[in-house]
Amino acid sequence: MKAIRSMVLVSSDPESMERGALDVFSALQQQISAFGMDDEISLSMISDIGKREFTPIVLVYPDAVIYGPVTPADVPHIVEEHLYKGRVVEEKQISAYDLTGRVAWLSARKGTLPAENRIVLKNVGLIDPEKIDDYILNEGYESLGKVLKEMTPAETIAEIKDSGLRGRGGAGFPTGLKWQFVSGAKGEKKYVICNADESEPGTFKDRLVLEGDPHAIIEAMTIAGYAVGADEGYIYIRGEYALAISRMEKAIEQTRSYGLLGENIFDTGFSFDLHIHAGAGAYICGEETALIESIEGNRGEPRSRPPYPTTVGLWKKPTLVNNVETLANIPAIIRNGAALYKSIGTPSSPGTKVYTILGNVNVTGLIEVPMGITLREVISIYAKGMKNGATFKLAQTGGSSGSIIPASLQDTPMDFDSFSKAGVSLGSGALLICNENVCVVDLAKVLLNFFRCESCGKCNPCRIGIKRAYEILSNITEGVGTLQDLKDLQLISDQLYNLSNCGLGQTAGSPLRDILAHFRAEVEAHIKLKVCPTGVCPMSGRRAYQID
Amino acid sequence: MSVEVKERQDVRKIVRNLVQKKGHEKAELIPILHEINKTLGYISDDAIQELSKGMNIPTSHIYSVATFYRMLSTEPRGRHVIQFCESAPCHVVGGRLVWQKLTQELGLSKGETSDDNKWTLLTTSCLGVCGVGPVMVIDNDIYGNVTPDQVPEILSNYE
Repeated sequence: MKAIRSMVLVSSDPESMERGALDVFSALQQQISAFGMDDEISLSMISDIGKREFTPIVLVYPDAVIYGPVTPADVPHIVEEHLYKGRVVEEKQISAYDLTGRVAWLSARKGTLPAENRIVLKNVGLIDPEKIDDYILNEGYESLGKVLKEMTPAETIAEIKDSGLRGRGGAGFPTGLKWQFVSGAKGEKKYVICNADESEPGTFKDRLVLEGDPHAIIEAMTIAGYAVGADEGYIYIRGEYALAISRMEKAIEQTRSYGLLGENIFDTGFSFDLHIHAGAGAYICGEETALIESIEGNRGEPRSRPPYPTTVGLWKKPTLVNNVETLANIPAIIRNGAALYKSIGTPSSPGTKVYTILGNVNVTGLIEVPMGITLREVISIYAKGMKNGATFKLAQTGGSSGSIIPASLQDTPMDFDSFSKAGVSLGSGALLICNENVCVVDLAKVLLNFFRCESCGKCNPCRIGIKRAYEILSNITEGVGTLQDLKDLQLISDQLYNLSNCGLGQTAGSPLRDILAHFRAEVEAHIKLKVCPTGVCPMSGRRAYQID
Repeated sequence: MSVEVKERQDVRKIVRNLVQKKGHEKAELIPILHEINKTLGYISDDAIQELSKGMNIPTSHIYSVATFYRMLSTEPRGRHVIQFCESAPCHVVGGRLVWQKLTQELGLSKGETSDDNKWTLLTTSCLGVCGVGPVMVIDNDIYGNVTPDQVPEILSNYE
């Protein structure tokens, strides 16, 4: 691939087309040629990216500058000033807030973000995800070739084990060990499943990998299939991710036509094929046994374990289930070696982690940074500080099953072990940053409402316990809570953790535990003083729920 | 969304064609229900009956699956379906106020369909576009960074 210094992208949704996106595109082409920059600048069309009042939109990377609405008449000025002289044309610039968020928008990668280190998102936003050639030009399918031609399955598993990679779905289980379990399980037929049912609130990292670099997942799954002895795989994508599903379908088709999927890959006698299964809207299907039930055509209710899916999985066969982000690390580990991978991050949690930054901060979005970075760094460097100079109160990590982290823990390194020592969890990588206007009781109520809606209803502690906790919280927000309610909330939290069948119920009580541990005074103010210190809760004095 | 009322015979034909196309393995149940939902706007009793015959799966199982998943509906819905995200990331950046405005404008509560059959108002868990919260989805259009003031204008885009 040519070494280019800039990428220029033009929006091509119907709205933009109608407003002359094609003319803007050809004007850009002509001007870039006129300055003799054909070899340094790539120009491409991408789908719908921004609000309609700003279309057509032109995006320039790596500076991450967005222009809109651009007319052909603006083009000579933009090309001369920005692309040739390197000065941003401020009068045509719009902000990232004017994008719709349907397509990855990557903030500037020069200077401002020193620690950002891309492995998982290496190609995202930089290659055309619908062209297999782009992926191949960027070292794509090299690792698959290396594994099939030069390594045995046992060596492949050893390499992954050596890298220290741990599952990025939330639990942090060592990936190599899981591969070894499946490889060692008895049976002729085995399956590999990619868990792309990303539904943790606040998490959209997997979506961007699926939309921006689908071939990385295909390559990783094929490598996994070779390592564990599987010849068939499923990608379970949540049904709401329509673009991810269509990109993945296209990618699989192209890979088949190149002979990199199907029978006798690289003439090595190894065969592997993939299917896509679209989810139908159920958070619980991100739990691996519920996901398997769903593929089999059932309600997504988690199974009892053991036996684990590594021995009894899809259609009772040994099955490897890995998260999208976990898999996206695999080609890089094989290509660069376990040692290099291990040098990034912390000793117990090597590699990088993709976080989604959300909430009351100046810049929201996606970052990939080495494991072990602190929350303070994330807020001040990547999120460019709190919005309107507000004070940081708490962060909620890892979607709803993560923890509520008070400001006092903002210097704890974010890796699996440091977090578990501090009694909090890294979860799926969402960082919902909240200022002092967020009420902890209201936040806990919203989190519990999520679990209440998403509980599959199979086991009683989860179905009944969460509903009861939600009712108690609702009463507290109306100013009719009692101190006994706090004891009950603690009890429900403990019982959920100890008695639930799966991870959803087990973690559903953690917001309760966290607000009582870190923000007890604020919660008690709702009860003793009948006041919500942030003024968020209605405090109407009417009971939301009554038990007769 | 095409929510025309289909004749019973049409429904049966649609279901039979789908089973013929996708096969009657149980693993195809959810993909087929997806298709039925898309074509008819919801999964009717007739469709469940016909599917049960075609796939040799009890109606109770089909009904239990169809009611489990959020994207499948066993009730007819309005011409336009609004899904409002009620997860924490949208909530803390102002989602609560947008929701109040939305229910007020439509005169509907969560889960209701308007009398003129124009709107169905639903809440949903995270849709994975949290970078631009508060987020709502109308049919297949995603609206991000929604403020209460924008609600009437957004709604006026739909016939």
